[in-house]
Amino acid sequence: MSTTSDRPLGDSSVYAQVQASPEFADLRSRLRRFVFPMSVAFLVWYLVYVLLAAYAPAFMSIKLAGNLTVGLLIGLLQFVTTFAITTIYVRYANKNLDPLAARLRGRIEGDGDDA
Amino acid sequence: MNERILAAATVGKPALNIGIFLAFVVVTLVVVFWVGRQNRTASDYYAAGRSFTGTQNGIAISGDYLSAASFLGIAGAIATVGYDGFLYSVGFLVAWLVALLLVAELLRNTGKFTMGDVLSFRMRQRPVRAAAAVSTLVVSFFYLLAQMAGAGGLISLLLGVPDDKSTLFDGQSAVIAVVGALMIVYVLVGGMKGTTWVQIIKASLLLVGAAVMTVWVLGIYGFNLSALLGSAVQNAGTNGDKILGPGLQYGKTGTSKIDFVSLGLALVLGTAGLPHILMRFYTVPSAKEARRSVVWAIWLIGIFYLFTLVLGYGAGALVGPTVIKNAPGGVNSAAPLLAFQLGGEVLLGLISAVAFATILAVVAGLTITASASFAHDVYANVLNRSASPTSEVKVARRTAVVFGVVAIIGGILANGQNIAFLVALAFAVAASANLPTLLFSLFWKKFNTTGALWSMYGGLIISVGLIIFSPAVSGNKETSMFKTADFHWFPLANPGLVSIPLAFLLGVVGTLVGAGKEHDEERYAEMEVRSLTGAGSERAEVKAPR
Repeated sequence: MSTTSDRPLGDSSVYAQVQASPEFADLRSRLRRFVFPMSVAFLVWYLVYVLLAAYAPAFMSIKLAGNLTVGLLIGLLQFVTTFAITTIYVRYANKNLDPLAARLRGRIEGDGDDA
Repeated sequence: MNERILAAATVGKPALNIGIFLAFVVVTLVVVFWVGRQNRTASDYYAAGRSFTGTQNGIAISGDYLSAASFLGIAGAIATVGYDGFLYSVGFLVAWLVALLLVAELLRNTGKFTMGDVLSFRMRQRPVRAAAAVSTLVVSFFYLLAQMAGAGGLISLLLGVPDDKSTLFDGQSAVIAVVGALMIVYVLVGGMKGTTWVQIIKASLLLVGAAVMTVWVLGIYGFNLSALLGSAVQNAGTNGDKILGPGLQYGKTGTSKIDFVSLGLALVLGTAGLPHILMRFYTVPSAKEARRSVVWAIWLIGIFYLFTLVLGYGAGALVGPTVIKNAPGGVNSAAPLLAFQLGGEVLLGLISAVAFATILAVVAGLTITASASFAHDVYANVLNRSASPTSEVKVARRTAVVFGVVAIIGGILANGQNIAFLVALAFAVAASANLPTLLFSLFWKKFNTTGALWSMYGGLIISVGLIIFSPAVSGNKETSMFKTADFHWFPLANPGLVSIPLAFLLGVVGTLVGAGKEHDEERYAEMEVRSLTGAGSERAEVKAPR
C-alpha cells in the first residue's frame, strides 16, 4: 500500500486515463475556480483587518452606535464572512463538485478491482 | 471587598470543584471502556474505524480546537486588554476556511491515518515520512506542553493547591501527573474512538457552559451589548474606552505592531497544519463527511468565540481587570471568576470542571496523534516495513505511554511558563513546517521529494530557531521564559512573518533543485484523481488494514 512498486500496474494506469479525461479536467477546474479565488479573497480581507488593527487603531476606535466601535464591527463582519463562505462553498460543492466526482469514482471503481 | 470574594473563590469549596471534575472523569472513563471493547484493528485505534458522522466529528474537532488557551486565555485577554484579545478569536476562526477549502476533503480522500500519508504519497517514502513524523512530534509536543503548563496555573485558582516554588514535587505537580496518567488511560483503552467521545462530551459541556454564562451576562445588561461595553469601560481604570479598540497590547511600538501581524499570519495559516486536527478527518467515512465536520466545527467554534467576546468584556465589567490580574492564575482566571460572580460556588465548580475536562481531552487528542505518527510513519514505514498492523498498534500504544510520561515531566518543568508563547510556537511551527508542503503536494504537479524535505525541515528549523532567539525566550524581564538571561537577537516574539514565507520559498527552490530526477508522473495521477474523486479511499469498514 505504501510504496509505488507493490501496487498493480493496471491500477495506476486507470488513474492516468481518468486524469487525462475531459471530465476530470472539468472537475479540477471547477474546484480550483472556486477555492483559489475564494482563498485569496478571505486571506486579503483578513490581512486588511489585521493591518487596520495594527496601524489604524484610531480608525478602529471610532464609535458607531453607543459603544460599538468600527473595530468591533469589522471583527464581527469577519465572523459573518467566514460563516457565509462556508455556506456558499457547501452549496457549490454539493451542486457542482459531488455529482461529477461520484461519476468519475464509479468509473474507476467499476473498471478496476481495487475499491 | 473584592479581595474577600476572591479569597472565598480560591479556597472556598475546592471539594466541590474536585467532585464535579471527578464526575466528568468517571462518566468519560465508563464511555471510554465501553467503546474501547470494540477496538481491534489499526483502523480502529487510529481512525475510530472511520465510523463517526460528520456532525459527531465536527463537535469533536471543536473539542480538540477549543483548548484551555481558547477558553481561559481569550476571555482573560479581552477582560484585561480588551479588543486585542478579540483579535486572537478572529484569526483562530478564519483559519478554518483554509482547512475547509484547501485541505480537509483532499486529505481525507488521499490519506489513511496520518499527515505523513498524504505528504509522502507521491514522494520517496522514508525521508518524507520521517520528516512528517518529526514535525508532527514537535508541534504536538509544544501544543501539549502549553496545555500541561496551563493546568498548573488553573489548579492554583480552582482547587486551592498552591505552587510551592521551593520544590518541583508540590501539589500542582501531583495534579499534572494525575492529568497525564488519566490521559494515557483514555488513549490506551479507548483509542481514537474513546478519545473522540471524550472530545464530544467535553465540547458539549464547554459550549453549554459558555452559552449559559453569556446569556446570563447579557441578561444583566438587558441584552444591550453597548451597555455591557460601557460598564467594562467604566471598570477599565486608566485604559478607559481604549479597550474598545485595538492597540493596548500590540500597539505600543513599531516592533510590537509587526509582531502582531506575524502572530496573525501564524494563527490563520497554522490551523490547517496542526497534525491533531488533520488526523480527525480520517475518523469519518468520506470526504463529504469531512466537509460536514468542518462546517460543524466552523459554526461551533465561531459561536463559541462570540460567547468569549461577551464573557471577556463581562468579566472586565463585573469582576474588573485589577482583581483578575491579581488573582492566582492571573489573566487565565477571568472566566472562572466571572462564573463565581454570576452563579457562586456551584457555577464556579461547573466551569472549573469544564476547564479541566478541556485540558484532559486536548492532551488525549495530541497523544494519540503523536503515537500514530511515530508508529505508522516511523516504525511501520521506515524502521520495520514488514511490521504487521498488530505490532504497529502495539508500538503506537507504547509510544502513547512514553509521550504521556514525557508530557507529565515537561508539564511539571514548564508549570508557570508563558502559555501563549507555547501555543503560538505550535501554530507558527505548524504553519511553517506543515502547511506549505501540504498545499504543494495537493496542488502543485512538479512538487517533489527535495522540495518537501527542504520546506519541512527548513520551516521547522527556521521557526523553532527564531523562537529560541526571540524575546519570548530571553531578554524580556516580564514575559520571557528565561527572565534573567538575554541571548535574543530576533526582534519578534512570533516567527511566522519570516518563517512561513521562507518555508514556501524553500519548497519552490528545493523542487527546482530536485527537478527531473524524482518526479513520479503515475503516482501524481493517482494522487490527484483520488484526492478529487475519492476513488480508492479508505472506507468505514476496512477488512484488513494494510
